[in-house]
Amino acid sequence: MKLNGARILLECLKREGVDTIFGYPGGTVINLYDELFSFKEIRHILPRHEQAGVHAADGYARATGKVGVAIATSGPGATNTITGIATAYMDSIPMVIITGQVPTALIGNDAFQEADIIGITRPCTKHNFLVKDVKDLATIMKKAFYIARTGRPGPVLVDLPKDVQIAQTEFHYPESVEIRGYKPTVEGHPKQIEKAVAMIMQAKKPVIYVGGGVILANAAAELVAVAKRLGIPVTTTLMGLGAYPENDPHSLGLLGMHGTYYANMAVSHCDMLIAIGARFDDRVTGKIASFAPHAKIVHVDVDPTSIKKNVRVDLPIVGDVRDVLQKMLKVADEIGPDAKACEAALAPWIAEIDEWKKKHPMTYKQSTSVIKPQYVIQRLRALSDPDAIVATDVGQHQMWTAQFFGFTAPRTLLSSGGLGTMGFGLPAAMGAQAGFPDRQVMVVCGDGGFQMNMQELATIVQNRLNVKIVILNNNFLGMVRQWQELFFDKRYSSTCMELPIDFIKLAEAFGATGLQATKVEEVDEVIKKGFATDGPVLMEFKVAREEKVLPMVPAGASLTEMVLAS
Amino acid sequence: MRHTIAVLVENEFGVLSRVVGLFSGRGFNIDSLTVAPTNDEALSRITLVTRGDEQIIEQITKQLNKLIDVIKVIDFEPEHAIEREMVLVKVSAEDQSRAEVLRIADIFRAKVIDVTPKSYTLEATGAPAKVSAMVELLRPLGLKELVSTGPVVIGRGAKAWKG
Repeated sequence: MKLNGARILLECLKREGVDTIFGYPGGTVINLYDELFSFKEIRHILPRHEQAGVHAADGYARATGKVGVAIATSGPGATNTITGIATAYMDSIPMVIITGQVPTALIGNDAFQEADIIGITRPCTKHNFLVKDVKDLATIMKKAFYIARTGRPGPVLVDLPKDVQIAQTEFHYPESVEIRGYKPTVEGHPKQIEKAVAMIMQAKKPVIYVGGGVILANAAAELVAVAKRLGIPVTTTLMGLGAYPENDPHSLGLLGMHGTYYANMAVSHCDMLIAIGARFDDRVTGKIASFAPHAKIVHVDVDPTSIKKNVRVDLPIVGDVRDVLQKMLKVADEIGPDAKACEAALAPWIAEIDEWKKKHPMTYKQSTSVIKPQYVIQRLRALSDPDAIVATDVGQHQMWTAQFFGFTAPRTLLSSGGLGTMGFGLPAAMGAQAGFPDRQVMVVCGDGGFQMNMQELATIVQNRLNVKIVILNNNFLGMVRQWQELFFDKRYSSTCMELPIDFIKLAEAFGATGLQATKVEEVDEVIKKGFATDGPVLMEFKVAREEKVLPMVPAGASLTEMVLAS
Repeated sequence: MRHTIAVLVENEFGVLSRVVGLFSGRGFNIDSLTVAPTNDEALSRITLVTRGDEQIIEQITKQLNKLIDVIKVIDFEPEHAIEREMVLVKVSAEDQSRAEVLRIADIFRAKVIDVTPKSYTLEATGAPAKVSAMVELLRPLGLKELVSTGPVVIGRGAKAWKG
């Protein structure tokens, strides 16, 4: 039977296991939406802005591990997706974005709502496709999903002209695809892995440095097994939080610019750094020349371009992180001393780290007169479900969440790490809640970032997405203000959000519940009430206005040059 | 270090812009670039000349390989490869310099492809060093216009690079 392109697209999504999509209709996707009207197998959620739709698909993908799907119309709809796509690209999130395009005959004519979205998204997608013939559509969709979820995952955009949506052809969905230019290395080289394990077992002061790749590869359990087997302490990047339980005694927490004192000291003094699914971002390394100066570096990554991009590497292993970790564990059992012996051998190193932990634990100065933002984060952890999902926006609250929440499971922190996109949090939480209707989902934001996508309150209420919104309100663009305080002589140029917004009324205007805490003793009460209230709740906490995120390694300084909390 | 890199790509629209965009986006140099279909019509071959230290060249080849439409990347070592480029040069040629231009052309086995009372246009093919030597000799005589293909490169020996 012949189907039109719009229907074929939906059939392809169904066969890829997609049951939830986020999209915004418009002139060049109206045919697609017409098919969607009677296509009951897919739930469609209408955001209030295409950027939020893409962030929602991104949050859905981060939380569920599935490919997130978003739809936008041509021209402005498509250009509105860019920030969302670039966010996903920087954090390697598997997504397929479908944009409408003007009819093929009009492409290049400056037609109404035409944008060269293939050209525009070339540098921020893993790959993109313009479908010129309906006969190619099914194969392109198969390729798009395959590329998005394999190797180092990433967003793939499919641009679908209106006439291709209307044209008909026989539908046949290919079982598999062959792309001769795309053959990601999955299996780690056994000889390299053997060498690595032998090298690691020789080390006196090893540290494992974990990035988001471990979470993307669903390798958290394997990571814990390897770390325990070899007795090695673990530090994670922002993207890696949750891959290793932070309540474990061998956890060093976050490293880098706002990392813990002991993580940064451990990395700066280690003789062996095992980087797994991480890419040596500048926020992690600080000054490259003095990063891990005494260490041999083993680097495991599925993307060969990540290796030796920023730092020298003594032993590279290209492959799927999970496969490599499984093999490492096997090799360790074959060649090495047992776990007890490994632990004993590293006892002096662990003692050295424990001294650092005692000397400068992760801390802040509590207050009785004003709510400290860090305190709110700690209380959120204490009063939320153990498997709660936390999305963040970008800025100070994001770092406090990373420092003080204490993540213990993968895919429970959803945060824009690479691009640092303000406005990400609320729609990402919305997407995660759509993926897990029965789990507790909260978003921690600042008053600045919240306002960048607050229109999504409407989507959340309309779709009964039970998101709990936490606003740490300091009436500042806090992170920039902090830099201005430290490096620009307190010249607060355009960082004071001078208009005090009534967030409770705002929530109520959209049909959500609004709560507010202005005193320390109200914090628990508001959090408890917020979590107990059915439906979306906005909880505003008026926090200490000029609180800083500490420790802090100034940009371009070495990791040991931390400004500490006390 | 100067490197001549051959890139086998799918012969599809937009591929060249992916390659060029990669270089501009990541701040890599392109000294020259040439592209045309191969004996397999589904493939095009890009030859590009770039510069960088070992680490940069490694990133360039890895990043090129990462592009979905790129099938193979070959960073040719000079001793295992033959490089050729073609130039078309328009040179002033009046009075006494007319003979000199022809003598230089003869030495470099360049062909005269257009003549006017005031100029010669030469076509020369060869290794980039040879071609540029000729251009430098012509320059003081009044080099009016220079068009170059940029080098193309092929490996020595019987082995062929295919998709």
